[in-house]
Amino acid sequence: MYDPTVARLTYRALLGRRRALILGALPLLLIVISVAVRGLTGADDQTASDVLGGFALATMVPIIGVIAGTGAIGPEIDDGSVVYLLSKPLKRPVIIFTKLIVAIAVTMVFSAVPTMIAGLVLNGNGQQIAVAYTIAALVASIAYSALFLLLGTVSRHAVVLGLVYALVWEALFGSLVPGARTLSVQQWSLAVAHKVAEGELVTSDVGLPTATVLLVAVTVLATWYAGRKLRSLTLAGEE
Amino acid sequence: MAVEHPLAPAGDQTRIHDIGYRGYDGPRLGRAYARRSLYSQSLRGAYGLGRSVKSKVLPMLLLAVMCVPAAIMVAVAVTTKAHELPLAHAYTRWAIVMQAVISLYVASQAPQSVSRDLRFKTVPLYFSRPIETADYVLAKFAALASALFVLTGAPLIVMYLGSLLAKMGFAHQTGQFAQGLVSVALLSLLFAGVGLVIAAVTPRRGFGIAAVIAVLTISYGAVSTLQAIAHVQGSDGAVPWIGLFSPVTLIDGVQSALLGGDSSFPDGIVPSHGQGAVYVLLTLGLVAACYALLVRRYKKVGL
Repeated sequence: MYDPTVARLTYRALLGRRRALILGALPLLLIVISVAVRGLTGADDQTASDVLGGFALATMVPIIGVIAGTGAIGPEIDDGSVVYLLSKPLKRPVIIFTKLIVAIAVTMVFSAVPTMIAGLVLNGNGQQIAVAYTIAALVASIAYSALFLLLGTVSRHAVVLGLVYALVWEALFGSLVPGARTLSVQQWSLAVAHKVAEGELVTSDVGLPTATVLLVAVTVLATWYAGRKLRSLTLAGEE
Repeated sequence: MAVEHPLAPAGDQTRIHDIGYRGYDGPRLGRAYARRSLYSQSLRGAYGLGRSVKSKVLPMLLLAVMCVPAAIMVAVAVTTKAHELPLAHAYTRWAIVMQAVISLYVASQAPQSVSRDLRFKTVPLYFSRPIETADYVLAKFAALASALFVLTGAPLIVMYLGSLLAKMGFAHQTGQFAQGLVSVALLSLLFAGVGLVIAAVTPRRGFGIAAVIAVLTISYGAVSTLQAIAHVQGSDGAVPWIGLFSPVTLIDGVQSALLGGDSSFPDGIVPSHGQGAVYVLLTLGLVAACYALLVRRYKKVGL
């Protein structure tokens, strides 16, 4: 189910010079902010939870997920070079699965690791906050990668659609309409984090069983459908 | 039309065949015309006009998202016979409240405007026409800024017309409307500049979109987090200075300090007039810097 060559090519496409720059800039900003906050306020659990929840999990993880998830397949479909990959004797689901693994790995490295570091800087893992948000980032990485990889195969405007989901649906609707929070990767991963964290600083609107079921279902379904979609891919020219 | 072939002198074996190409001696429309065409084509393209149906969907949807809530607000104000729009300082605040929508629009349309020219290497073709680097940059910059001005100005017009229909006081509303227009004009210039500079670096459309949105929203997220923390720590004096570091808060500072609006800073802290002047200077400086960077970028493009 995993093809090393496809994985190597995907890694190179994802971590090419400029992509690696923007992927590295966001985590760096998070760490700089946490150092600044620690310097300004000292260790405070509520502040740590606000920064990690508001900035790391709500903004940084989805954007890195969009870049890695759609970047794993989108540009290839966009410039048509995907036909060379598809003409190789590889099953399409294998291609998708390999790219998914790569996207998950990249998202995890660039989102969960800096979240952990920022958490340690902010309050030295008091009340397990750093670990809880790291686990949330890890879980969210998997779901976001699968979701945005599917978007990359479905639409040529995958990046815009992914950002609309991450910024408009999760951030805007999620804060206005309570029902929208049930269908949000962010809340599902927070439910997992809630289980880990001590105390009531990390909360979620979704129960743990529901969240787990939805996370697994979304990841599996998105991967399966992306594989199907790649079997009957039509290459569209530039509009 | 018959073309006269000059007879070659007999015995001469080498000659250039005249295969009937004719020179153009009609009117030359010139540089200003080319610049105007590029501007109008880019402006139409920013709303998907003259492009496929699919590419009309997103810009029109975002325009609707900007205008429909304004229309609903006005309708509520008219039916309840209010003397003031429900949202205080609605004209200047609207663009700040709707900043996510505006950011998405810039992110989707700035790469659309310049990245494809870079990717398909058509930029040298533009410069084989009588336009100069500065003309191309000016046309693209002006087109995106105008498109943004339409996007941010349309809801203001909706509100203004609605408030006039509701007889809310002509002079008061007109003054606020004018202040709102100034604020969104500044915002359009700033956002267009930032978006184009980022988009002109990459030939990949998808990557350009992600980069623009990252710069606009992440800087806003970072700045508002720091402002909130500074406020909680009791150092309110630092809040306006932190606001200088992201495009959205920059415009927010200008409109609250000098154009009589409320700010979205924590606890509604409003920058002083002196700080407002710094905000305006920095905004204009950034616009000029974006223009200079673009000209520099296109000096050596594709050549």
